[in-house]
This record gives sequence, structure tokens and C-alpha cells, in this order.
Amino acid sequence: MTEITTEKARIGAPSAHPFIDGFTEEGENLSPVNTGTNTSSTSEKTSAQAPSAGPLAGASAKSHSHGGGVGIPDSSRAGRLTSYKLADFKPLTGLEEDWRFTPLKRLRGLHNEVLSGSAPSVAVTAPEGVVVETVGRDDVRIGSAAIPEDRVSANAWENFTEATVITVPAELQLDGEVSVLLTGTSTEASAQHIVIVAGRFSKSRIVLDHQGSAIVSENVEILVEDGADLTVISLQEWNDDAVHASSQQAKLGRDAKFKHIVVSLGGDVVRMTPSTRFTAPGAEAEMFGLYFADAGQHLEQRLFVDHAVANCKSRVLYKGALQGRNAHTVWVGDVLIRKEAEGTDSYEANRNLVLTDGARADSVPNLEIETGLIEGAGHASATGRFDDEHLFYLMARGIPEDVARRLVVRGFLNEIIQQIKVPELEERLTEAVERELAASDN
Amino acid sequence: MSTLEIKDLHVSIETEQGTKEILKGVSLTIKTGETHAIMGPNGSGKSTLASTIAGHPRYNVTRGTITLDGEDVLAMSVDQRARAGVFLAMQYPVEVPGVTMTNFLRTAKTAIDGEAPALRTWTKDVKAAMQQLRIDADFAQRNVNEGFSGGEKKRVEILQLELFKPKFAVLDETDSGLDVDALKVVSEGVNRAHATGNMGTLLITHYTRILRYIKPDFVHVFVDGQVVEEGGPELADRLEEEGYDRYATGAGAATIAAATAAQA
Repeated sequence: MTEITTEKARIGAPSAHPFIDGFTEEGENLSPVNTGTNTSSTSEKTSAQAPSAGPLAGASAKSHSHGGGVGIPDSSRAGRLTSYKLADFKPLTGLEEDWRFTPLKRLRGLHNEVLSGSAPSVAVTAPEGVVVETVGRDDVRIGSAAIPEDRVSANAWENFTEATVITVPAELQLDGEVSVLLTGTSTEASAQHIVIVAGRFSKSRIVLDHQGSAIVSENVEILVEDGADLTVISLQEWNDDAVHASSQQAKLGRDAKFKHIVVSLGGDVVRMTPSTRFTAPGAEAEMFGLYFADAGQHLEQRLFVDHAVANCKSRVLYKGALQGRNAHTVWVGDVLIRKEAEGTDSYEANRNLVLTDGARADSVPNLEIETGLIEGAGHASATGRFDDEHLFYLMARGIPEDVARRLVVRGFLNEIIQQIKVPELEERLTEAVERELAASDN
Repeated sequence: MSTLEIKDLHVSIETEQGTKEILKGVSLTIKTGETHAIMGPNGSGKSTLASTIAGHPRYNVTRGTITLDGEDVLAMSVDQRARAGVFLAMQYPVEVPGVTMTNFLRTAKTAIDGEAPALRTWTKDVKAAMQQLRIDADFAQRNVNEGFSGGEKKRVEILQLELFKPKFAVLDETDSGLDVDALKVVSEGVNRAHATGNMGTLLITHYTRILRYIKPDFVHVFVDGQVVEEGGPELADRLEEEGYDRYATGAGAATIAAATAAQA
């Protein structure tokens, strides 16, 4: 049931065939989230689109495109509008390709209000040698790794007043991790800005730990310089009322190694948009994600891997569990292998586990390939159910119901948790996942 | 010595057309060391009996009792029944995502025995049992039944039977869909488990083929939710020659004829 559909590098490949039992294929713009139609009690949906079918940017996007150019089709991720100016982005209607799954009404103004509330407080604990600064908008490092790709991100860019810059100096090898505790205490729409610079040949691990209550749009710029090895772990353990949009953009230098792990458990609406851009050959990126949505929660993740240069490698694996009525998760993975990116090796996969009726998982892997001279490129998506028959099978072997559920979910999500490699954190997240399970047991 | 006793069992299911009675008064007594074969045409209620013993929620017992050494099995939850010593080898084992065979087998063994098995001997036992059933070693690292072929799933059911050592094993059409080689391997497994002398077996089958490898002490013929004939192993031989035709009455006749034809 959790078989994976795999499409190897085939340009213009057709959508994944619905040859797996229990899978449904979804066409474009069928999401009822923003169209006003009633959400049916769909328990699972998986859609997989081939590059040719994925309109990643509407016609409107072209007029301001910074990344595209003549001859880039609207449907290409390369044609996506990017700008530091909020005014360049049209007001959202919810029908845009990149917002069609997001419940705008629950964004609490992140997309249409001035973000003047107080942002979550930032407390950094770092091993010796790491430089932590609070800087103003005019700091030269602002804008060094990122440029907003959507209106909510641009809104934060326009409204943030100060930024936290964390620098791991060149060649510094850290044993412990840098812990960044972001605690939200306000429920007014706010903007946050964080810049992470991993200097040449440094090695470090940085944890962004989001807690409390907040309405926040956050931009995280991540600069991984030549030969640096950086892991960024972003944890969203918000209170139930939090709304969080986070654009985490990484720019990788030559031979850089970057590992990005997203763990979203709490919050009302959490929308993560991590991206990795290769700017020089020899770099490697791994992007992992874990999300567990319970009743009413909307957890969305939209990734972008931009293979703009030759001989880089990327691996993406996101796994999600859903439990309870109207638990909704979205995963959209865009991988773009540009004409210049010969020798690329890329694979992305998303797997979802639906634990109860009334939950919905959307999964859209997009792969665009503009050169045939690559090592490999593949994508996969699978959404499976844990239902009464599975439960019966395990219980018929003497395993009590609560243990059976834990066994399945823990086994499923552990693959991501073990990537974190910080024992205390792994333990904390394992416990958090089990609390999620227990919370909706009744 | 244990006894599994089924008395006047009536079972119904809810369908779109309303409540449908499937078992209409079944009585059976199985003792440790005995092998009972239940044979019958499609739709006669054989599998319903198996699932009801294991406690599948789809089946409602409207009358009758099932007891294990006097204990009321029907009052037990599915997992309690398994821990009490009832094992159901399923006709269609489901694939369980996210759980490796190794983890699953150890968790189940721990639940059934009430304590974790000694790690070293357990690993050895699992390995040996897998080898005897000709299950590849790498299956241990795969998720439960995920991507297994029909025959592999059945072998894994018997693997569990051998490892969990139940008091009573209910084999629900374990022989269906197996080729002759796989049938032999699976039968040997059942016979090994039976040879320990601590198990009673309820073998549910559509065909007589498996009875060449597993010798029943008693044969019960099931038609339309009831036992219509009982006898010793010779009854199986007679069924092999004559099929279910002579039990056919009314509307059931067509199904029975078709089943017999398929068997021939």
C-alpha cells in the first residue's frame, strides 16, 4: 500500500498512472480550499504531475520575473516571480498555483496586512566562535541568499525591523549545535528575519526551535559558502493557534554540503517553503521533512531545488502522518534541472500515512529537466492508509491497539527523526509524535 | 491439553441490503493435537468462522458461544484472543506500512508471551524458521507483507505460526493461490508446529489438495453456514472424487458446481 510510483528522468513524462490500489489522481485546481465549495470527506488524495502539466506560475508572474527570461514558459518553475517588493506581488485570491491549497482565511492577515506585530523573541545559544548579531535592515548580509518568491514572504521582507545574523566563521568546526529558540507571545501579524552564514569549510548544525503562539511570516536566508557543511533543523512545535509562513532559502557554494530538516507538529496553519539553489558545482543537498497533522490542522510544505549548475546532488524525502477530521497536509516538491546542470543527480519523494477518515493529504512532485546529460533524476509520491484491517492484523497477533498505532507511526516517521543526529532532540521529537498520537486517540 | 469449543454459533454481517446471516448454528470441538479440516464451497461461511474466532469487528455473533478451556472467547478483544493462544493465518494478509518484519515479530512475540524474548535465541529462532520456510533473509528488514507475493505472504503467516506457538491455529485457506512447491513448504511448517503436540488445528480449505500433505483427523463439510456432514479422513477422499455436488440444493447448486469444476 505504500508502494512508490517512480518516474525516472523522462522529459514530458505522463502523470503517474493510478495503478496502485487506493490511489486517486487529482487534476489541476480541484482543491476546494479556496473556491468556496464544500470540502468533501476525502480521506486521501495523491496527485502527481509531470513537468509539462504543472503550471507553476500563472501568466501574471511573468511581468516581474527576475529569474526567468525570454523563452521560459509560464509553466516552468524558472518563470516564478521573485522580488523584494511587496507591490510586485498581486493580492492573493487563493486560486494561484502556489496558494491553491492554502486556507487564506486562516492566515490571519499575513498576506494582506502590514506586519507590525511583535515577532517571536529570538534567544541564541551557541558554542564558542559563533557570531550572533542583531542588525538593522541596511545590513549588507540582508538579501545575500534569498529573494521572496511569494507575497507573504515579500510582506515580511517589507516589514521586518531587525534581523538576527548567525555567522559560523570560516573553518570553524562545531561539536555542539547552535540553538535558536523563537518564542511567540503575540497574536498580531508579524515579520521575522534570520540570516545564517556558514563560512568556508566550516561545519555546523543550527536548530530553529519555534514555540509559543504567533502570527508570523519569516524569512530565513542561509548562505553555505564553498566547502562548508551545514545542517539546519527547523522545528515547528507551536501552540494550536499559531500561524506561520516560513521561507527558508539556501544558496550553496562550491562543494558545499547542506542538510535541511523540517519538523512541523504544532500550529493552526504552517506553511514552509524551503529552497536550495546550487550556484557552483560539487555541492550536495539533503532536504528532509516530517509533519503530523491532527484534526483541523493545515501543514503545508513547498520545496524547490534549483539545479542551476553542473554536478550537484540533491535528495528530498518528506514524510507525513495525518489523523483526525480535516487534518490537511500539502507537499509540493519542485525540482528544476536547468540546461547548464549536466551531471545532476536528484531524487525527491514524499510519503504520507493517513491514520483516520476525514483527513486529506495532497502530494505533488514536479520535476523539470532541461538537459538529458544527467546522472539521474527521479521523483515519487505515495499516500497510504492505516485502517481497521491493518489494526486487526496487528491485534490478531496479540498487539494491543495503542501499541499497534505507535508501532506503525513510529516506524514510519523514524526514518526522518534519525536524520537529526542530536540525541536529546530526537528523543524530544519521538515523544512529541507520540503525544500527537495519543491526543487524537479518543 | 486445551479445548476450543464452538457451540451453536450464529453470525451475521451488515450489508447494504441489510443484515445477512452467514453462520446458522455451527458447533465444533477441537482439542490439542487434533487437526480438523473444514471444507465447503465458496460462500458457505468457512472464512466467516475463521474471522469470527479471531474477533474481526465485521462479524456479529447473534447467538452461541466460543470458549477456550471454559473462558469466554467472545468477551475478549482481538489482541486478548491472540494472547490467549488463538492464531489466525489469514487468507489475505494485509501490508502494514512503516513496520519491519523484525520489529513486528518481536513486538508480537513480546505481547503474546508477556515478556520480551531473549534477544540471542530469538534472532536465531527467527532465522532458522525463515530458512525452513524458504523465506529470504532480507525479508526481515522489509515492512510487514509490503510487496510480498501471494505465496510469500502465506509463508510469512506460517512463520508467525511457528514462532508464536499458539494453542489453536486457524488456517483460513492458506493453500489458496499456492503452487505445489509452496504448498509443500507451507504444509511442512504446519506439520512441524503440530508435531510439538501442543497445538490444535482448524484447517479451512476449498480444495482437498492440501490434505495430501496435512492429514486431518476430522473433516467437516460446510454448506450454507452449517455443518452438513462430518467424518474422518475418508470423507476428504470422497469429496476429492465427488466434489460438493451432492450437497447442492436450490440456488447454491451453481456455485458448487462451478467450484467443483475449478477443482477438477
